[in-house]
Amino acid sequence: MMILTVNGLTHQVDAEADTPLLYVLRDDLKLNAAKFGCGLGQCGSCTVMVDGKAVQSCVTPLVLLEGKQVTTLEGLGTISEPAPIQRAFMEEQAAQCGYCIAGMMMRAQALLQSNSKPTDEEIRAELQPNLCRCGTHMRILRAVRRAARLMDTADASPANHGSTP
Amino acid sequence: MNAPVILDRRRVLAGGGALIVSFSLSGASAQDQAASVPAPKPPGSLATTPYLDSWIRIDADGSITVFTGKAELGQGFKTAFQQIAAEELDVAFASLKVVTADTGLTANEGYTSGSHSMQDSGTAIQNAAAQVRALLIAEAAKRLELPAENLRTADGAVVSPDGRRLGYGELVAADMLHVQAQANAKLKDPATFKVMGQPLPRVDIPAKVTGGAAYAQDMRLPAMVHARIVRPPSYGAQLIDCDASAIEKMPGVVKVVRDGNFLAVVAAKEFLAVKAMNALGAAAKWKETAGLPKQDDLADVLIKLPSQDSTIFERSDPSAVGRKTIEATYTRPYQSHGSIGPSCALAQFSDGVMTVWTHTQGVYPDRAGIAEMLKMQPSSVRLIHVEGSGCYGHNGADDAAADAALIARAMPGVPIRVQWMREQEHAWEPYGPAMVTKLKASLDEAGKIADWNFEVWSNTHSMRPGGAGCMLAAQHMAQPIAVPAPKPIPLPEGGGDRNAIPIYTFPNAHVVHHFIPAMPLRISAMRALGAYHNVFSIESFMDELALAADADPVEFRLKHLDDQRGRDVIEKAAQGFGWQKGEKPLPDRGFGFAFARYKNLAAYCAIASEVEVNRETGRPRLVRAVAAVDSGQVVNPDGLINQIEGAIVQSMSWTLYESVTFDDTRITSIDWQTYPILRFDAVPDSIEVHIINRPGQPFLGSGETGQGPAAASIANAIANATGKRLRNLPLTRKRIKDAIDA
Repeated sequence: MMILTVNGLTHQVDAEADTPLLYVLRDDLKLNAAKFGCGLGQCGSCTVMVDGKAVQSCVTPLVLLEGKQVTTLEGLGTISEPAPIQRAFMEEQAAQCGYCIAGMMMRAQALLQSNSKPTDEEIRAELQPNLCRCGTHMRILRAVRRAARLMDTADASPANHGSTP
Repeated sequence: MNAPVILDRRRVLAGGGALIVSFSLSGASAQDQAASVPAPKPPGSLATTPYLDSWIRIDADGSITVFTGKAELGQGFKTAFQQIAAEELDVAFASLKVVTADTGLTANEGYTSGSHSMQDSGTAIQNAAAQVRALLIAEAAKRLELPAENLRTADGAVVSPDGRRLGYGELVAADMLHVQAQANAKLKDPATFKVMGQPLPRVDIPAKVTGGAAYAQDMRLPAMVHARIVRPPSYGAQLIDCDASAIEKMPGVVKVVRDGNFLAVVAAKEFLAVKAMNALGAAAKWKETAGLPKQDDLADVLIKLPSQDSTIFERSDPSAVGRKTIEATYTRPYQSHGSIGPSCALAQFSDGVMTVWTHTQGVYPDRAGIAEMLKMQPSSVRLIHVEGSGCYGHNGADDAAADAALIARAMPGVPIRVQWMREQEHAWEPYGPAMVTKLKASLDEAGKIADWNFEVWSNTHSMRPGGAGCMLAAQHMAQPIAVPAPKPIPLPEGGGDRNAIPIYTFPNAHVVHHFIPAMPLRISAMRALGAYHNVFSIESFMDELALAADADPVEFRLKHLDDQRGRDVIEKAAQGFGWQKGEKPLPDRGFGFAFARYKNLAAYCAIASEVEVNRETGRPRLVRAVAAVDSGQVVNPDGLINQIEGAIVQSMSWTLYESVTFDDTRITSIDWQTYPILRFDAVPDSIEVHIINRPGQPFLGSGETGQGPAAASIANAIANATGKRLRNLPLTRKRIKDAIDA
């Protein structure tokens, strides 16, 4: 039995210590956002935040997470109250199939939390580990830039959903 | 059957035990037809599924459901269909619900492929919705005792001039929509569109960006267990020994399923299934056979395989005489669909019925395959489409569905979830086929093309199920089902010869398709099929000819093109790009241009690009691309732009980086290290997409139209930047460097 804190809630998890975080999130905690893409740390579709840093959950064993704060896309906001990064991806229509998008958003969120005004080059460099196959990259970049603006302004609250900065 | 009837005394004809109601509402259809003349078929998929209630259902509470037999694959057409239905029904966009491919609920629209969804299903929904609206008006006219032409519709109700409203739910009666569609529905005037043509946000995106259950991979059925497959290490490998006793004792393991060379393990939890799969894989002993061709000589191997040859186009004008002849050979390797999410399916076998949740592109054909594999009646098998990771053609989806069904049969009542591992998707998906093209053409004295010869060597581009033998599980069972004989996809759409016939007008032309039945690697449909390589070849060669004629590439194309809509997209892309005849790019940069009409019958697309090449390393980078597209009447412009942007970026990745690798026995490109694709450092600075809307014109499929032009545009820009022509895909950094150094 392991203790795991995800999105501010503490869980007792019945999984072996070597279980990758991804399987615990999906199978034990029934969270959808982090996706299985490769299991090898090559594609980033499983990306979540651990203590504010982007981490590939498919290659992060449970044993390393005691006492740490895990955040998944579900922990940022909801359809009715989306976080700025979620609003930005909706407003830019930054998805085709969308399978990679949750991982992209978590990596972008971690970047924006540590660097609120990243340059385009910094965004690209940060997203380098994450693969998208539909070719949605231009929109993903736009959405991250939009999220940076939303997070930087006071009106980032969900109530202002319709506004276009 | 086609005589107009008045609705309140509908003529009900008994035919084959079913009620067939014929009706006519539009004024234009009031002409009687002689009984001997066959009725024109209604458009799109209404031709095969004519009943209106197969497409649109209205409940007494006024709620409206639209049904499509096509599968949402991330192209966004679920939203587009909702727009079409809302427009023609005159209801609020948000008030509709769209149900996608499900053998228990929707029409059989075959595969979601070939950029056919808008053309087949979108057209059917548009025409069905228009006729449903007319039926509702007619019913209201009867109840209100007013002429139908005095009534209008608004927001889900029929409204009379004096303001009386009858909601659609009040108007619809039991079998009112169970009537066959007419060929000539009166559609709305595009000038009045309120919902169609608008860039409405996609209905599926909110769940996808907030962690909602959006994919087959996210489904959790009560008491579900997790299965993993142990696939053979190579094509044709035979399982000679497997002691599974230790694996069956592993924690959480529920069952090991073996049927010939089909080997799987089922566990209560997902990661336990993965661990057990690894242990089972280590316990399995296989006999392998070295049967793969030499990768380095692939083009030569393909051309030497027996082929069925046919001349698919011939034109002759002896008065046109060539003075200067050039020839060239272009090749394409096997390439992967490379879905980011490995294929997944769920299945449950209960009370004699097999239900499978799958991200297949064809629920009905896949059902036929699974029913054949299980020796069940198709009526006892139900396939429900649930979105998966983008597939771009026939990936592992159908195989995963068969895997799940085979395991579920061995565990009656228990819901089974199967997901493939990354290396299984990479090693076992059916690839986009390798191809070879040989081109030869002559220029006349005026620098125009006098004769054109094009030959293409290719496998088929569809080994999709229908037959169980197309599915790995059925091939691997103890009593295997043989892979069916491949067939070429007939023209005008074509497979290996898709877009092999030039759209340009040449006085002399000769096009030959060498169809190769033998398939050294497992292959099937990948986005654009043969059009990707054929357009790459034709449009690269057009630039080679333009160079030989000392002509501007855009002008040279226009000089050979009669098709006005084609000319329009070429001019639009050139204008948007700022294409100037004779303009020199910056040092180490090049401009490229390419154009095609997908299948010569779907959307038109022209792409201009600017590429930078690092002469020291050979590394190419697409700096910017400007595309123009004409896909007929536009339903959702942002959705269309998204498709074209994606096509350019994906095609760039295929074109610059991608090639399936193998030794004499095994596939060796089995993950993203060994099969690298585009990453963010290679993403262009900008992509601009210009739409030429054609109000009232038929929908032209556009999901695949960008693949070929993007490839050739980039290849032409690399040639422009380096002065070297690369003809073998992919145009890798090393090949460019070698060409520069040569």
